[in-house]
Amino acid sequence: MSQLTLVQAVTDALKTEMRLDNDIVVLGEDVGQSGGVFRATDGLQKEFGAARVIDTPLAEGGIIGTAIGMALYGLKPVPEIQFQDFIFPAFDQIVSEAAKMRYRSGGQYTVPMVIRTPYGGGIRGGHYHSQSGEAYFTHTPGLKVIIPSTPYDAKGLLIASMRDPDPVIFMEPKRVYRAIKEEVPEEAYTVEMGKARVAREGSDLTLIAWGAMTHVCLAAAKEAADEGLADIEVLDLRSLMPFDGPAILESVKKTGRVISVYEAPKTSGFGGEINAFIAENAIEHLEAPLFRVAGFDTPFPYTLEHDYMPTTDRILNAVRKSMAY
Amino acid sequence: MTDYEIQTVLKGDGSEWDAAKEPKLTDDELKAIYRTMLRVRMLNERGMNLQRQGRINFYIGSEGQEAVHVGAGAALTNDDWYFPHYRDPGVALWRGASLEAMVHQLYGNAEDIIKGRQMPNHYSFKEQNYFSVSSPLTTQVPQAVGAAYAMKLKQTGQIAVTSFGDGSSSEGDFHVAMNFAGVWKAPCVFLLNNNGYAISVPVELQTASETFAQKAEAYGMPGVRVDGNDVLAVYNATKEAAERARRGDGPTLIECVTFRMGPHSSSDDPLRYVPPHLYEEWGAKDPIARLGRYMTAKGMWDEAAEERLKEEIKTEIQAAVKAAEEAGDPEVIELFNDVYADRPWHLDEQYDELMESVEE
Repeated sequence: MSQLTLVQAVTDALKTEMRLDNDIVVLGEDVGQSGGVFRATDGLQKEFGAARVIDTPLAEGGIIGTAIGMALYGLKPVPEIQFQDFIFPAFDQIVSEAAKMRYRSGGQYTVPMVIRTPYGGGIRGGHYHSQSGEAYFTHTPGLKVIIPSTPYDAKGLLIASMRDPDPVIFMEPKRVYRAIKEEVPEEAYTVEMGKARVAREGSDLTLIAWGAMTHVCLAAAKEAADEGLADIEVLDLRSLMPFDGPAILESVKKTGRVISVYEAPKTSGFGGEINAFIAENAIEHLEAPLFRVAGFDTPFPYTLEHDYMPTTDRILNAVRKSMAY
Repeated sequence: MTDYEIQTVLKGDGSEWDAAKEPKLTDDELKAIYRTMLRVRMLNERGMNLQRQGRINFYIGSEGQEAVHVGAGAALTNDDWYFPHYRDPGVALWRGASLEAMVHQLYGNAEDIIKGRQMPNHYSFKEQNYFSVSSPLTTQVPQAVGAAYAMKLKQTGQIAVTSFGDGSSSEGDFHVAMNFAGVWKAPCVFLLNNNGYAISVPVELQTASETFAQKAEAYGMPGVRVDGNDVLAVYNATKEAAERARRGDGPTLIECVTFRMGPHSSSDDPLRYVPPHLYEEWGAKDPIARLGRYMTAKGMWDEAAEERLKEEIKTEIQAAVKAAEEAGDPEVIELFNDVYADRPWHLDEQYDELMESVEE
């Protein structure tokens, strides 16, 4: 066991699994010699060579398009898209090709591939280094969407993703890449995909979040407890597609109050889907309307990013409304 | 540009040829090539008719371009991976995919290998290393480069070959794929079918380059130009490019100059935009007739053989259509299968919801 940050846990997962599976290749912009702009692939090229850790030409569509070809042939590519904001040139290859391959070929061709990409705001990156585009991918059947919030989960979920037979969008909350350290086992282990984690138990209200927002929710829950406002449960979704329906319903049935919290623009955000799922399946357990605290329906700003992103204050404001209902 | 002169073997209508460039093909091999081209052509004719009769919804053919895919298929080993576009059925047939399986696919029925999941002509024959056809253009081209990279890494001696049209050369994926392939020296071959039109848009509106082949130069690979209505020329060029890739010398772009003798698809009316004289000019260079004259001149083909073959193929297609029309639709559960390796809970729920109303 060693104390690792989230980004170190990502590196550790790649290294651990690449030692076990020669078919894994890493490719992307700057992932080799420099070890990635966030150092997520640090040391990999030195250990595994330039043929397995590939500094590609600068073209996201080419990175994903060629990674699909590698996966079709039997490799397990782990392409990195340097910032999730840059993934759109590869959108066609992801949604029209990787996502539909198994289906359209009647199960003949498959694309076991993990697209790693740092996402989210809070690093003063403006609108092209800050967005949270998870809903583009949860809206595409055939993709799995995973977002860890802790170092332990990052390693376990990344290894599980690399062992998964389907294409996975693995979004890494860059704002907390180095914000927290925790014990991470040295050996390979997996965290089951499709399962949420109760990040904090509570009885009055459930905050549902993923990625960096999990930590904001935990801070809000602590404040709420300190103020005697509410005993809040925080559910860290971890896996958005497929999401853990039973865990959500279990928590809702316990608390009867729900706020979905996400960084992406409010309208059509994935928290809206979660709230709709709850409304369809557990409305009789609800004590208050289903709230959303989310980013605004504007482009992601530069100077005012901390007004844009959900804060503990905005979450607590919604908690008060829910509790008062 | 003399550098990109069109390579030919067959002269004129095919009854004369350049003996120095003749590929070493046995009579049986030539007959097999001819047979495959004719099967493609006759299935094409029948498919368009089935569409006109409302028995299938759509058809997209390759009339006039059979020399490209059949010639390329014959020049490769069956272990090489072929990443086709939708005018390439010849490679699958050449490698032994059954014509009946193709007709099942046109009908999207319960016997369809891909379970009724795609429009007609979007074949997928894994057993024949014939990759799944996509509708968005050019997506298969970078994928072929990635597969070629994997082949090189695993040192299997295979190569990846991908085929696409002149319109595809305008897509970002073409540039990306050529660039990656050049940098990686990937063992692959790019087969560009310059058939004159991208649906209705002529090549002059597609590129300011004098040729498509010359684009290869910018990516650090050779580009060649062949007569795409001369199956022997396509065979030679593909063979040479494949050998080059297999030797470790990297990719090649082959521009096959041909003409789309039919509509883009059954939904298109080319009389709106193709000047009629082009059909006359290119019709005189029909690739099947040219090969037939060559074989006749060599004494291995005659009218009786031609008639026998046509009858055989007609019977084969007839039987395939009958079988396809007798097979029912795929099971409803196939709507939900193969989205993922295992069906997740939410798709089970959605299937149950559908079945509730189906049963009512």
